[in-house]
Amino acid sequence: MTNIKNDSQSHHKTEKLRLASHVASLPKSGIRDFFELVRQMEEVISLGVGEPDFITPWTIRENAIYSLERGDTSYTSNLGLLSLRRAICRYVAENYSVRYEPETECIVTVGVSEALDLAIRAITNPGDEIIYHEPCYVSYAPEITMAFGVPVPVSTKAENAFAIDPADLEKAVTPKTKAILLNFPCNPTGAVLNMEQLKAVADIAVKHDLIVLADMIYAELSYDEEIMPAISSLPGMKERTIFLHGFSKAFAMTGFRIGYACGPADIIDTMMKIHQYTMLCAPITAQRAAEEALKSGGPDMEVMRREYMIRRNVIVRNFNEAGLPCLMPHGAFYAFPDIRPTGLSSMEFATLLLREKHVAVVPGTAFGKCGEGYVRACYATSMEGICEALKRIKAFVADLKK
Amino acid sequence: MDLEKEILRLLAEDGRLTAADIAERLNISAAAAARCVAKLESDGVIVGYRAMFDETLLPENAVKAIIEVKLKPERDGGFDRIAKKISKFSKVESVYLVSGGSDLVLEVKGEDLKDVAEFVAEKLSIIDGVVSTSTHFLLKKYKELGKMMQDDEYKERLSVTP
Repeated sequence: MTNIKNDSQSHHKTEKLRLASHVASLPKSGIRDFFELVRQMEEVISLGVGEPDFITPWTIRENAIYSLERGDTSYTSNLGLLSLRRAICRYVAENYSVRYEPETECIVTVGVSEALDLAIRAITNPGDEIIYHEPCYVSYAPEITMAFGVPVPVSTKAENAFAIDPADLEKAVTPKTKAILLNFPCNPTGAVLNMEQLKAVADIAVKHDLIVLADMIYAELSYDEEIMPAISSLPGMKERTIFLHGFSKAFAMTGFRIGYACGPADIIDTMMKIHQYTMLCAPITAQRAAEEALKSGGPDMEVMRREYMIRRNVIVRNFNEAGLPCLMPHGAFYAFPDIRPTGLSSMEFATLLLREKHVAVVPGTAFGKCGEGYVRACYATSMEGICEALKRIKAFVADLKK
Repeated sequence: MDLEKEILRLLAEDGRLTAADIAERLNISAAAAARCVAKLESDGVIVGYRAMFDETLLPENAVKAIIEVKLKPERDGGFDRIAKKISKFSKVESVYLVSGGSDLVLEVKGEDLKDVAEFVAEKLSIIDGVVSTSTHFLLKKYKELGKMMQDDEYKERLSVTP
């Protein structure tokens, strides 16, 4: 870690750092720079988002409004409303075949992002290594660093359909390894793990006595198999897995900021301490909305899932027709085409495409070094938008060949 | 995948989709999509394709009414004979046998109020077996077949997010 002299009055005898160096040295999210670029342009079709284009189903919004009318404006228990935790544990048992105790093994958080942060902070001692797979969501490495842990990336590759290779995983394990962080279905690759691949990861976790952090935020958005299975449902895994999930993606509730964690009582209790002292509790209005989502949001979610699947088929076929090889992603709502045939880097491709055709995609390098050669295109946007964007991308690639 | 069901679902949402569009969406070949649509048509499952629109935005002043009709059921056939007879009028757009206080519910379209009123008085209520009618003129359409009219909901999204 490099110490940055960030104090303007550094000529003083005793040098005091104005900013926390482990935070100041973190890079800013690569997505931010790109966002600034997109913001300056008009009439852009954006495939750069990471959230549903659907508005939260009305029945969910209506329940949030009703809770306000009724006067639900107070704090809740630190762990979240017991009625919501009960509903969550029932939902997790029914869909993922793992039983958790609502009183002791479940905590409601401000988005799954907070749940992941709490989980990492609750288990990381300074210097502990946490293995995660790249390309991945932008927060993982910084969150580990902020908890004074050491992020250890393992690359996933197109030839494995971006699933984690157990051999690569095993190679990354050292005596200092504390945990493995999994995110399948994966942002940005859309990869999922099948039962066999999950078992291979579980075996490594048991063999080396590791905790598994399973970020399941996209689990309901699985298209070709049943819902993505939970690693905690495997024998010997419940006691070493923290199951992280939320309502943002499947129920189109990003702005409500409700996530949760289910796991062993000692870990949940430790997470609760951090949550208690920093956040207190998740907003009650959003918790009421989440209750309604579990109670009656299922059919609306299924309609959205089906629509994403149809759009996925269209976007993937068109990327391949454009000459940019693209695997069929089995989950989430991202296509991750290979742009190397153009001879451009990810950043060049995204910047040029934006400038010349006014279409925004995110350079693969925003998700880790091994994302070079790829871009992320989100298909949680209207079918018309997707068709027009892909028409422009086809023209863009054809122009490059001239 | 139940192909017929998936195709019907797509066409119910957008009847203008071509076989190529359907093929792309369901990740099948265009020939397979075309074959399946042709079969649905020849089997009489798909009975037609048409546009839906918000009549309130049109200059014409057509009037629509929902009419509840009470019938006296007949030996051999119940309500069927009378329901079919009523269905033959071109002003009658749909006919349903329903549970509850009335027996049939009709959707009737006329040129104006008087046109519909005359139809009820001179054609409908005089049919043998029609006991009574109750006419509800439609004043405004908010939603039809799952589509909101003049939907003003919108969502503000950042253009790039992680």
